[in-house]
Amino acid sequence: MTHLSPAADGGRTSRRGAAARHGRIRSLTGVLFVSPYVLFVLAVFAVPLVYTVWISVHRFYFTAPGTHADSPWVGLSNYRDVFTDPVVGRAFVNIVVFLVINVPLTVILSLVLASALNAKIRFRSFFRAAYYLPYITASVALVAVWQFLFGTDGFVNHALGPLAPDPSWLVNAHLAMPMIAFFVTWKQLGFFVMLYLAALQNVGKELYEAAAVDGAGRIRQFFSVTVPGVRPATTLVVIYAIITGANLFSEPYLLTGGGGPDHASVSPVLLMYQKGIEQGHPDFAAALGVVLVCFVLLISLAARKLTERGT
Amino acid sequence: MSVSTPAAPNGTPGHTVDEPRSARRRTPWATAVTYLLLALGAVVFLFPFLYMVVGSLRKTTTGDLSSAVPRGITGSNYTAVNGAISLGRSLLNSGVVTIGVLLCTLVFGLLAGYALAQLHFRGRGTVFATLLLVQMVPFQLLTLPLYVLVVRDYGLGDSYLGMILPFAVNSTAVFLFRQFFLQMPRSLFEAARLDGASELRILVQVALPMARPAVLTAMLLTFIGPWNEFLWPFLVTKDTAMQPLAVSLASFLSNLQGTVSNPTGALLAGACVLAAPAVALFLLFQRHFTSTDIDSGVKG
Repeated sequence: MTHLSPAADGGRTSRRGAAARHGRIRSLTGVLFVSPYVLFVLAVFAVPLVYTVWISVHRFYFTAPGTHADSPWVGLSNYRDVFTDPVVGRAFVNIVVFLVINVPLTVILSLVLASALNAKIRFRSFFRAAYYLPYITASVALVAVWQFLFGTDGFVNHALGPLAPDPSWLVNAHLAMPMIAFFVTWKQLGFFVMLYLAALQNVGKELYEAAAVDGAGRIRQFFSVTVPGVRPATTLVVIYAIITGANLFSEPYLLTGGGGPDHASVSPVLLMYQKGIEQGHPDFAAALGVVLVCFVLLISLAARKLTERGT
Repeated sequence: MSVSTPAAPNGTPGHTVDEPRSARRRTPWATAVTYLLLALGAVVFLFPFLYMVVGSLRKTTTGDLSSAVPRGITGSNYTAVNGAISLGRSLLNSGVVTIGVLLCTLVFGLLAGYALAQLHFRGRGTVFATLLLVQMVPFQLLTLPLYVLVVRDYGLGDSYLGMILPFAVNSTAVFLFRQFFLQMPRSLFEAARLDGASELRILVQVALPMARPAVLTAMLLTFIGPWNEFLWPFLVTKDTAMQPLAVSLASFLSNLQGTVSNPTGALLAGACVLAAPAVALFLLFQRHFTSTDIDSGVKG
């Protein structure tokens, strides 16, 4: 710090004046420091959010950069199209299918694995790394492997022999969406294992001791002490699952070949892409986006009520 | 969950974190079940990775049971996928986008995080509330209007800027930095201020050296985002010379496989190349990548 402060020139300015000036400078600096962030939030979140709503109530066409096309007001007709489209209904049902499979599976498996990791064990860092690997790996790479493992002539079907489903996993209308749910559960499980592991550190050992004194066995302790103790983590799992379910894109696009078979594994975001960008109806896609946001908000609120009940 | 929960140490002998479990006596049976569960989990998680590597090295990649065994090792699948999607160029694109996002996240994130933690200014509360709110909005929901704005209105299709823009500011990173700067002693900053250092200088010379763990965590968390991202770069790039690896590999997956003799092997080779940098970084920095960081990163 070789530079002198402006007030160091022999007390000509009063101490209070200097302090006030410093305060102003710091306040200005603060505004300056956050302004890039705020500008980006406006550009990347606020403007697009308002723009979606605007597009959704107009007839909107894609134009080349620099050219202009009229976008007449059409009221709620895009929303009517969204609500009368059977594929849209299927996409929202698929979110529910996803949640029904993903949430319980994630909660149970990650809690069990986290409890096992929390015990006194060897090779803990190896196990942690193993569980975490799918989470940090690109979906595209993992989808490639899964597609091959669960293909008609794939490893899993060879292992199952006559028990292999026909049509195979990813091209079976009943199995395609559950397969996506299993894939996502597998990919993200490591993250939730770590989350529960952190949550387990907060469960007081005196609770276990008290339970043991009361004669509770290991299983009983798990359900009466561990499960309630990690409830905040469970709430997070549910909220994450809802957000993930609402955002599914690469999995139905790549793993089941564009939401197939016959829209059985279509997702709202995939539909937004297909209708909005592939088929050139951005107004329909925008309305679908708004409906999706409302759906996510509603279901999150409901989930919150449900998981936080009795705490 | 509090931000300060210590992660379980990696098998440090005699550490107190393990005390509660040793208080409950463990039968040999319970230990066996624990190891069995953990090992089973490890197999389920690791097998697809093993399969990916083995499949990428085999001359003919089939689906039968012997396909998990490395036999007839060859590098030809890597050559094949390189011929179909030019791996080098794709990796370069992925690298440029990822580094761009990392730089923006660090510069803007540190500035905003520092201001939110240590400076008083009008609207600070509002900015912080926005920060929390923004983390709740999933990015994919804004994809369509962003596509219209970035590609159609600004004409940023097929450009690095267009791919970086939506990820340039990372609210989670801002939050992480704020939490970290908040824990630092105020007296330190006051002393630097009395010495007449500017706020920028305090940030760079005083706060930043102490914030290294937070910076490392933010970099690791940020890296996997743009490196693995598929949807946005997929929308923005039509020109194959501009596509990051995740996008070019996906197009190979969906419609280019007919161009090579062992398509599955080539696909798995591409998958290995895409996965390798993230996995390598993770294994290198595993110690730093603890549950605590994720916990606070996620807490939002």
